[in-house]
Amino acid sequence: MTDMPLVRTSREEIEVYRFGPVISVLVPLMALVIQAFVPLRVHAFGVLDLPFLVTIFFAVTRRSQLAGMMTGAIIGLVQDALTHQAIGLYGIAKTVAGYGASSLGVKIDVENPGTRLLVTGGFYLVHQAVYFLVARNILGIAMEWLWVRTLLAALLNGLAAIILFGVLDRFKRST
Amino acid sequence: MENFFSRYRNATLLVLVLFAQVLGLAVQVKRPDTSGTRLIRFWVVNAVTPIEKALVKTSQSVRGVWGNYFYLRGVRHENRDLKAQVERLRIEQVRLSEDAAQARRLQVLLGFKEQFVSQTLAAQVIGTSGSDLSHVVYIDKGSTDGLKPDMAVITADGIVGKVLRVFHNSSQVLLINDPSSGVGAILESSRLQGILQGTAAGETLLKYVMSDEKVPTGERVLTSGGDRIFPKGLPIGTVQQTNPGGDLFLNIRVKPAANLSRLEEVLVVTKVDETTPQQKLAESSGPVRAADILAERLPSVPPKPAAAASSAASVQPTAGKPASATPATGTSAASGQTGGVAGTTKPAANAAPSSAPSARVTPETTASKAAAKPSGASTPATASGTGQSSAAAAKPATAKPVATKPPASDGQKTKQIDSAGQPAKPAAAPPQTAPSEDLSR
Repeated sequence: MTDMPLVRTSREEIEVYRFGPVISVLVPLMALVIQAFVPLRVHAFGVLDLPFLVTIFFAVTRRSQLAGMMTGAIIGLVQDALTHQAIGLYGIAKTVAGYGASSLGVKIDVENPGTRLLVTGGFYLVHQAVYFLVARNILGIAMEWLWVRTLLAALLNGLAAIILFGVLDRFKRST
Repeated sequence: MENFFSRYRNATLLVLVLFAQVLGLAVQVKRPDTSGTRLIRFWVVNAVTPIEKALVKTSQSVRGVWGNYFYLRGVRHENRDLKAQVERLRIEQVRLSEDAAQARRLQVLLGFKEQFVSQTLAAQVIGTSGSDLSHVVYIDKGSTDGLKPDMAVITADGIVGKVLRVFHNSSQVLLINDPSSGVGAILESSRLQGILQGTAAGETLLKYVMSDEKVPTGERVLTSGGDRIFPKGLPIGTVQQTNPGGDLFLNIRVKPAANLSRLEEVLVVTKVDETTPQQKLAESSGPVRAADILAERLPSVPPKPAAAASSAASVQPTAGKPASATPATGTSAASGQTGGVAGTTKPAANAAPSSAPSARVTPETTASKAAAKPSGASTPATASGTGQSSAAAAKPATAKPVATKPPASDGQKTKQIDSAGQPAKPAAAPPQTAPSEDLSR
């Protein structure tokens, strides 16, 4: 168990990580492919949003609002391209989530599993709320906000984040 | 001002990026050529689908090696069962093909136009959108295989969706459970029409059926052909639940016949023909009976009186069932009516198919009153036996009784041949207890 305090007190304590270009491209791409492929065989897998988890991971690890925002925007736009809906829905939602997660990553410790669960679950709700608002109000898509389903999905994504972030931690390099 | 931007540089950038994307959304929504594929979509699909194809092929290869070379437990027993099943199906096929042939002949006599799937292309499902809110799948066939937008996608169980976007080597298929999907649907027995739409939760609802109608649970829902995408008569699913909607219409939840969450192979309908069965008969390689040719050339003959028809029917040899040698009077009359109509209307229908309403009403009566089960013991004279006197003579004793499901009144109510060109399943016809007053119509 780490003795690191939950809330950072100064920027000097923050450890910023970076990733190689191959990892930066390959990990989001694999997340998108797995997200598109696995629900064919395991339908329940669709409740997870791997591109979202990758966005959050890169955002909180790099701890740069600009990087988090751009990562979210690019992953979201690519994810939009695979759907049949207007391009930009996931883009906007993930931009906000990436920006928010990186902002939070600057302030709190996101290395321990409990924080990862809370941060990912919380930002999943934000992501879904932004998506819902944009889809409903700008595009006029008839959607219902399903509380139980969304909360359950947030929890599951949070749990998945603990595992996934643990795997992805191996690829990060200290600056 | 400069301080403000330098201080809130990231927040400003966030606002700018969001603004750009919102602007992009707005442009997409307002653009008139929404059918065009955007470049980003084109790039992403072309980048992702090859990986998905490779994954699908790898998993298929692994499963193939395992299933074909290692996991062979029980194969011999299964082979024996399958052989027995093939024998049974062969016998059934003979019976059904006879039914289908007869149905086609009756359709010819009524100038019945039908849509049928004449060409399909098998495709492998290689991916999904990856989003619960966008119910689309990707298939491994694209424009190089001749696919175009708005082609119907089906499985052996039922319809799946339609081709939405076509790329070089892959296509995007919009599933019927997506909220933006719409399929013209008709309830099989009540013939009520509606529109099948998906929901955000992935359910399928049949809409626009008036709330004062009775829709029983379990009733089959078929395509109506009204959307000009899906040929008429393909299975969509069954009614799962019916609730009164908020407005004048019922809220009917339909369980899709095809398992939309576990799609592997699908068929893309690349060609739908609308022809009369006459053309089909002419094109068919099988021998054409003299009776059929004669029936087409016969001039108009006035409808036979019921009594005469009845007597004609009673002379007709029964369909290989000695027990059915005693036809009910009503049935005979009904058969006679069908035959009379057949003889009368065929030339008229040829001349002007749409101007034969009376011809199309009578078979409806026959259909509802005298539809006979092929194997039913109480199935007496055949339609061909009464209407086409020469046909009756030419028809062998093993001929099937009245078509299992005669053509319906509007020329579109009944689909005798299914989409794959196979004979339709015999409908469970009611027992022939038609009162004589109906039959005399």
